[in-house]
Amino acid sequence: MNFRHAKTFLLGALALSFLISLFGGQISSYPLFVSYNIGISIIMAVSLNLINGYTGQFSLGHAGFMAVGAYTSAVITNQFGGLNVVLANGIFLAALLAGGLAAAVAGLLVGIPTLRLRGDYLAIVTLGFGEIIRVILQNMNAVGGARGLSVAHSWTNLFWTFGFAAVTVYVVAALVNSTYGRGFIAVHDDEIAAEAMGINTTKYKVTAFVIGAFFAGIAGGLYAHSTQFLTPGGFGFMQSITFVVMVILGGMGNTVGVILSAILLTLLPEGLRVLAGVNHLGWIGNTRMIIYSLLLIVLMLTRPQGLFSFKKSPAPK
Amino acid sequence: MKIWREPFLAALAIGFFLAGCNKPSSAPGAGNDTIKVGEFASLTGSEATFGQSSHKGTQLAIDDINTVGGVLGKKIELLTEDNQSQAGQSATVVRKLISSDGVAAILGEVASSRSLEAAPICQENKIPMISPSSTNPRVTETGDYIFRVCFIDPFQGTVMANFAHNTLKLQNVAVLSDVKSDYSLGLAKFFKEGFVAAGGKIIADENYSGGDKDFNAQLTAIKAANPDGIFVPGYYTEVGLIALQARQLGITVPLFGGDGWESSSLVSIGGTALEGDYFSTHFSPEDTSPAVQNFVKAFKTKYNETPDAMAALGYDSAMMLADAIKKAGATDGAKIRDALAAEKNFPGVTGNITMDANRNASKPAVILTIKNGQFKYVQTVQP
Amino acid sequence: MTEFLQQLINGLALGSILALIALGYTMVYGILRFINFAHGDVFMLGAFAGYYLAPKIAAVLPLPSIAGALVVMGISMAVCAALGVIIERFAYRPLRKQPKLTVLITAIGVSLFLEYAGQFVFGAAPKKFPAILPALPVTHLGGLSFNSNQIVVIAVTIFLLLALRFIVLKTKIGTAMRAVSFNPEAAALMGVNTDIVISFTFALGSALAAAAGILWAINYPAIDPLMGILPGIKAFVAAVLGGIGNLPGAALGGVIIGVTETLVSGYISSTYRDAIAFAVLILIMLVKPSGLLGKKEIEKV
Repeated sequence: MNFRHAKTFLLGALALSFLISLFGGQISSYPLFVSYNIGISIIMAVSLNLINGYTGQFSLGHAGFMAVGAYTSAVITNQFGGLNVVLANGIFLAALLAGGLAAAVAGLLVGIPTLRLRGDYLAIVTLGFGEIIRVILQNMNAVGGARGLSVAHSWTNLFWTFGFAAVTVYVVAALVNSTYGRGFIAVHDDEIAAEAMGINTTKYKVTAFVIGAFFAGIAGGLYAHSTQFLTPGGFGFMQSITFVVMVILGGMGNTVGVILSAILLTLLPEGLRVLAGVNHLGWIGNTRMIIYSLLLIVLMLTRPQGLFSFKKSPAPK
Repeated sequence: MKIWREPFLAALAIGFFLAGCNKPSSAPGAGNDTIKVGEFASLTGSEATFGQSSHKGTQLAIDDINTVGGVLGKKIELLTEDNQSQAGQSATVVRKLISSDGVAAILGEVASSRSLEAAPICQENKIPMISPSSTNPRVTETGDYIFRVCFIDPFQGTVMANFAHNTLKLQNVAVLSDVKSDYSLGLAKFFKEGFVAAGGKIIADENYSGGDKDFNAQLTAIKAANPDGIFVPGYYTEVGLIALQARQLGITVPLFGGDGWESSSLVSIGGTALEGDYFSTHFSPEDTSPAVQNFVKAFKTKYNETPDAMAALGYDSAMMLADAIKKAGATDGAKIRDALAAEKNFPGVTGNITMDANRNASKPAVILTIKNGQFKYVQTVQP
Repeated sequence: MTEFLQQLINGLALGSILALIALGYTMVYGILRFINFAHGDVFMLGAFAGYYLAPKIAAVLPLPSIAGALVVMGISMAVCAALGVIIERFAYRPLRKQPKLTVLITAIGVSLFLEYAGQFVFGAAPKKFPAILPALPVTHLGGLSFNSNQIVVIAVTIFLLLALRFIVLKTKIGTAMRAVSFNPEAAALMGVNTDIVISFTFALGSALAAAAGILWAINYPAIDPLMGILPGIKAFVAAVLGGIGNLPGAALGGVIIGVTETLVSGYISSTYRDAIAFAVLILIMLVKPSGLLGKKEIEKV
């Protein structure tokens, strides 16, 4: 992967998002918000890819980190957002970062106990953590519990969304391509061998979780300030699965593939909606999930390395 | 630059998508010869039963309206979108309905949380929204374009509190609410306040999660507290089982609840365990008024099932909207809003609906009991 | 004290059903080292099979009756056994040489497919499961309430457990199952047809899940296509708790989860009921990952 141009790419992407965001008002609300969802999905999928794809820790609770970030940033902007109109952007950035940090702490709390676990066990435990986060939020009346939390400020725009998407991609790619990053891949390929070679697998596994969770938290904050209403139920197992499918479809460990599949899978339900026209009477809802599930099965049977990956099939263990 | 080929393609794809979707140039709702009305509901997913119910009622209303020629000389075109019972989807589909499909008004949703997602969007775009059965007071507090045709938690909770204390003469009551449902929590909260204010005591407060099937643990704990009644402000999907298990455990005191009980499935699941229980709702199936009877008959003919509360409210929300459009004489958002706000004694199948100052329906609640497997009328409570 | 005993009974009944489902998970894991995510949905299909079968059986045998209930359960078990074999054959067998993650993802896919196809075919509204077993009037003994259905659940579970134990310990195929779970390559070299053994394991596990589904539906007569999700996860936790791959462990785990959940729900707080199974799981993973009755597995390099 040609990485030398990465910094230019990052700056270019940031500038581009800023330019486009200036035209945000011209774009019709529906496709605009779908674009936000695309950006958010990219952040979620790429950050999950660090944990699942590169480090090989199969996490099924990523939506839980998103929830932590979403609620944290929403509480902050609800409290302090009205203070100073001029500094609104600054407050927003601070809130997003705070959400990311809170999610990172959650990532730490999840990463450490799961150190000794492999494969399926890890998957179920992360699922469990995701559900526990949801149940805790459901019972926190301070953030509305099941009745939900309204977010006062809709500050998400194209700049923030795609800007952070670019940053996420950059950080993950930079990390993985560095010498430090070889550690992740070592853990993924053969953990015991890595330990035997003196690599501190604990450090890498926990780092993957913490960084992955941080960006999921940012994505959560962006989501909160575009949808403007949060419920704990919106961050459950089904949501986590959606992002897992993106990573698998794109090819675990393949950042570019994951980005493409995030875009594709976010546009898929919208495409289906347009295709069916209105008055489809719900066959889309079931069809979409049936398509997802069949996609998973067929993909695993025929092309487990993902749709967009050009690596050969992972070596059988 | 080889690897940047894909991101470039991706950026192009997004660009095309964005460029291709312009704001609709025509005024909202002004189709060539139809009036477009949007509806969003949970047609699939964990709450599909409620969304499907509400949609059936709405669809029936639109069909009835169009059969007699529509409104203002045009037929109403109902554009229904599914939010799959998932958070975030309601916002997306409502944006689509408003900005891409150009609807004149929005009908929806059953669940307060999903209504709360959509309400700010409708308010911002000055498109009137009528919720058939969201009971969280915050929904209409969003803005002056948001209405509802059902009563709100504070009213219904107080109705049942007074009924329990004054009519049933209960002193010590247990509460069993659905911790996952904002409807259930809201109703429970106001019931508790009202009951305590009337002089009663809440001696047990247990929770379950919507979708649960086993309530023995909670009911055993409640039984140990020895209440004279149990308030179950949940949905019929769980209430039937709760009643069954309560009787099996030897609990003989009456159960009572809110309009979430209203469904023919309630008795088919709960059976004789429900005898002598009470709930508050919008209308009584014994109501002999031709409007109600015609509605029940038409619903049965079209869908081969008896309408539940959500279907009836879905029907009323659409009917009231059509009435407001007619009175407004236009499909302009502000005019429809004013006409809706002015609705007084609108004859809905769920009662005479008057919009109060907060755009909530001021209408009487009806208390029913279950006798011989049928819903029987007990009393009406005026607002 | 009465309350405590009552809660114990409640927990035991719930735990028995979880135990039946957990057995399926643990058997498949023992043989293939893989979690069949779709198992909870086979449980759901068992209940629906019973739902559709009951009226057909009622035309031939009187329902509710013991004979009628047995026939309904038997046929549902057979149907689900066949389904389990089909799923294994087409979705899991081709992936036997792939990394575990691949087949885990496929299992998730199968699970989602069954749930949403179920919503599509059966409809999302909960259906009333017909009374196939005659329910004796509830007996109240000194403040305790005994429901005949709860007793039936416990009794049937014990029976099926013993039957399973017999199959695994005393029959040829059972021995083959144990051989494959111990060392698949060696078993194959000894002439055991691993494909048949695996298919049989799936069939057995799925049949147990179907039985659990029918028992569940008898006790909680509202069935819907998503009903298998939570019991499935809890049963998996039970299997892990008891030591995955260990049959008595799965049964023990099921009972422990059922009782714990009921007691915590009744005495501490019912709000966190959902999270209890997960909390137990995380605790076990931290303290004794091999489970209560499991052996520590050394990963050979």
